[in-house]
Amino acid sequence: MSAGALVSGLSVRKIRSRWVWLILAAAWLALYLAFHGTSTLPLSASSTTSVQNNLNSFNNNISNGRNSNPVFLYGVNYVQVGMTHFVSFLQSLISQPGFGRPAPLIGWLGVIAIVGFVSWLTAGWKYAVLGVVGFYILGLQGLWQESMDTLALTIAAVLIAVVIGVPLGIWIGLHDRAQHIVLPVLGFLQTMPSFVYLAPLTLLFLIGNASATIATLIFAIPPVIRLTDHGIRAVAEPTIEASDSLGSTTWQKLVKVLLPMSRRTIVLGINQTMMAALSMVTIAALISAPGLGQVVIDALQTLDVGTAFNGGLAIVVMAIVLDRTTSAVGERSQQVGGRHLLGPQARRLAFGAGAVVTLWAVVESAMYVWANTFPSSPTIGPAIVAGASNASNWVQSTFSGITVGLRNDVTIAFLNPLQSMLTNAPFWLVILGLCAIAMIIGNARVAIVTLISLLLIVGTGVWQDAMQTLAMTIVATVLTLIIGIAVGVWMGRNRQVDRFIRPILDAFQVMPAFVYLVPFLALFGASRFTAIIAAMAFAIPVVVKVVADGIHGVPAPAIEAATAAGSSTWQLITRVQLPLATRSLALAANQGLIYVLSMVVVGGMVGAGALGYDVYSGFVQAPLFGKGLAAGLAIVLLGVVLDHISQSAANRIDPSRH
Amino acid sequence: MSHNRRRLSQVAAGTGAVALLVAGCGGARVGASTGPGAGGAAAGNLRCGQINLAMNDWVGYTADGAVYSYVAEHSMGCTVKQIPLAEQVSWQGFSTGQVDLILENWGHADLAKKYITQQKVAVDLGANGNIGQIGWFVPPWMVTKYPGILDWKNLNKYASLFKTSESGGQGELLDGDPSYVTNDAALVKNLHLNYKVVVGGSEAALITSFRQAQTHKTPLLAYFYSPQWFLSEVDLKKVSLPKYTPGCDANLKTITCDYPTDQLNKVAATAFATKNPAGFLLAKAFNWTNQDQDVVAKYIAEDKMTPAAAAAKWVKANRTIVNNWLLGIPGAKPL
Repeated sequence: MSAGALVSGLSVRKIRSRWVWLILAAAWLALYLAFHGTSTLPLSASSTTSVQNNLNSFNNNISNGRNSNPVFLYGVNYVQVGMTHFVSFLQSLISQPGFGRPAPLIGWLGVIAIVGFVSWLTAGWKYAVLGVVGFYILGLQGLWQESMDTLALTIAAVLIAVVIGVPLGIWIGLHDRAQHIVLPVLGFLQTMPSFVYLAPLTLLFLIGNASATIATLIFAIPPVIRLTDHGIRAVAEPTIEASDSLGSTTWQKLVKVLLPMSRRTIVLGINQTMMAALSMVTIAALISAPGLGQVVIDALQTLDVGTAFNGGLAIVVMAIVLDRTTSAVGERSQQVGGRHLLGPQARRLAFGAGAVVTLWAVVESAMYVWANTFPSSPTIGPAIVAGASNASNWVQSTFSGITVGLRNDVTIAFLNPLQSMLTNAPFWLVILGLCAIAMIIGNARVAIVTLISLLLIVGTGVWQDAMQTLAMTIVATVLTLIIGIAVGVWMGRNRQVDRFIRPILDAFQVMPAFVYLVPFLALFGASRFTAIIAAMAFAIPVVVKVVADGIHGVPAPAIEAATAAGSSTWQLITRVQLPLATRSLALAANQGLIYVLSMVVVGGMVGAGALGYDVYSGFVQAPLFGKGLAAGLAIVLLGVVLDHISQSAANRIDPSRH
Repeated sequence: MSHNRRRLSQVAAGTGAVALLVAGCGGARVGASTGPGAGGAAAGNLRCGQINLAMNDWVGYTADGAVYSYVAEHSMGCTVKQIPLAEQVSWQGFSTGQVDLILENWGHADLAKKYITQQKVAVDLGANGNIGQIGWFVPPWMVTKYPGILDWKNLNKYASLFKTSESGGQGELLDGDPSYVTNDAALVKNLHLNYKVVVGGSEAALITSFRQAQTHKTPLLAYFYSPQWFLSEVDLKKVSLPKYTPGCDANLKTITCDYPTDQLNKVAATAFATKNPAGFLLAKAFNWTNQDQDVVAKYIAEDKMTPAAAAAKWVKANRTIVNNWLLGIPGAKPL
């Protein structure tokens, strides 16, 4: 299909549906004017409903059952003990005193050598350099031990995630019915705010490494399951049929065909799980997980932006090393044979030399203080701390005049009208409207999912807060898409720009929000808009990446044809590149929504109120635990609605599916 | 391929031996000079083991914890394990036996009822000497420019000053972290104030807002509390609400009076007294004033000292206070 035909096809459909939209909108508005202010289901910040109070007893049941209930005695308690030992073992290897020694078994020199050697073997010499330099920087920042604690916890969570996730992914990849059950659970795990389950986890698995690892695991395990499933399913039918015709058993088929062919996708899943685990570092610190998260949380007590940034930067450095290396492993597993600069003889020599150096470094670091404890000088930590806090102060004092005006404009022009419409309309009218949208954009199934989810939100008792959160989510997503698409197009059209911007995007995706909340608060005050900005900071990177990827994937002949026909750059972008990348745009919108929604709780800490504040209150106030859980469920349900509607929008405008 | 692999492993084994020979070029050996837990300062009647101390995440608490730990370690040879935790999770730790002590508790009647009265896993160890004061505050620059602003009766007159994008035409009263007690919504309603309570959601939101308000001379009315390290940076002024009288806050629906001053207290696990009598007695004796805590909090927050160093500095300058705590504890060595 040519670009022109596509555009005209879209616009015909647009005109036809425009009437439907107009009539429905008018009908909705008429009902709104007649009934607004009734059935708005308000609930003040400190009040609770009976459903929420019943949820409170969940916590009590756990603490009462700890030492008598067989589930605890034979299940939970063993998991707790096993998990604690496993993490302690990893810690005494690289971060904490252990094995009867006053220092970890492998010191900094040994760890760096291992990182370099393993990266070289699995990913190539470039990644060995990246790993060595990156880990050395962690030490220079003055955060070696904290970084190793974080690494130990991350490794523990990722290893367990792989052991559970890969088999589970294979299973649901081969069984449709299992997939239908497991996928929604994964969505639930990914959207349920972790603040909801932190406190109950410490009752189940006690305060300490077990709870921290499990909290990380809950959030981080979905990607590896999803991508393993995806990889298994992507292995083309003919391949499987071919192996069937050769008379392979199921096991042979799995080991010889399915796993090797989906290896790249599975490695990508492990990579995503690793990144998700690192993004939990600060939250796990709230239940005393050791490491870099603790640095950030401690610094926040005194609003020390510089020190928090130093800690956050260490998380970013570690994430970039792990991400790039595992990605390279994934790409490599794709290549057959691979290129080699050296001949086999020379390679054997290089391997031997690398092994000698690594082994020497490990032994040396086990035995001698200089190689075990990272030297306190030279250091770049104080310089980073000072630089970051100066930069933060400069930004705060220079821009705070403009930013408050911006906040007021956006709030008055967009946020307030939308919010008052959603919160003042009767709940049934909002449900009606959203179901109609779901019906038109999607189909009856999407409308039913929407209906059920919204009715369940009514049941949670936090309807009005949910509507307030929905209004903020919509505004934040629209702003995210505007900026994300603009930058994504720029990046997708220019490789240089891509190379420059990508690391910044990575940094914002992994940098804990707690690091930039203080400057944001200084710029925009405690307000809903600050929460929107924080959500945008987290959601824009993923939108940019997806859009850039889509723009970059537009076939060159389409662009050449348009250029030859004398299109201007603007025409080229709007008439050719964007329409041909609609699938990516739709995916970007979907991901943008989900990422914005995942920042709701953080928003509650900077003045957004609503569901985020409810969840956070439930974490810090025992009597509000049930309400926090209810609000967490409401966030999940909002996610279900927005995900379904935006995905059906994606399918609708996706030319490849028509 | 497999041939290659075998050759590689042979090379690896050989080179491993070489590496072991090369390792060890000298320098200090791990574990040679510093043994684990050099402590053992006091060999008293009470042997002091490990104390699991909850560390809640505000600076005043960090100061309490640092001083308690310093004294326990240096005078009695205890090992203090500081566990960074949120408040509610700390109380839960009493029931799972993982937390021995909370040094600065702000109210939490619900948790006290559950863990002290019902489950009996925790005991009240009495006041820690700090007086908590909650109230409504304005930045100091406003006091001179707007006479009478510190009297609640004038708040309606100035309501328009405090209007923001969040307050919908009324004045904004900014609240903070949901973990703190607040009657603000009821107070605003019952005192007929033309204000809307906006939830900032965190201490960071309150402090940053006050800092900006004082620097840029913008109006702000917000919930705040002492002792708090930020008060030594900006001397916030408290708005006087109708005076507190005992019992005036009994019904939160009809409340019209100011917050009471809170005697902050210490809470310990019931088992702590038998498990570690020395640590328990020190916790019971621990008592210092707001001024004392402010000094240590300032060392930490503004002078950027480590909590341990800040505690050491304060203890050295206040030996009499500390030695008073140690008087009744058998085997405690005066500092």
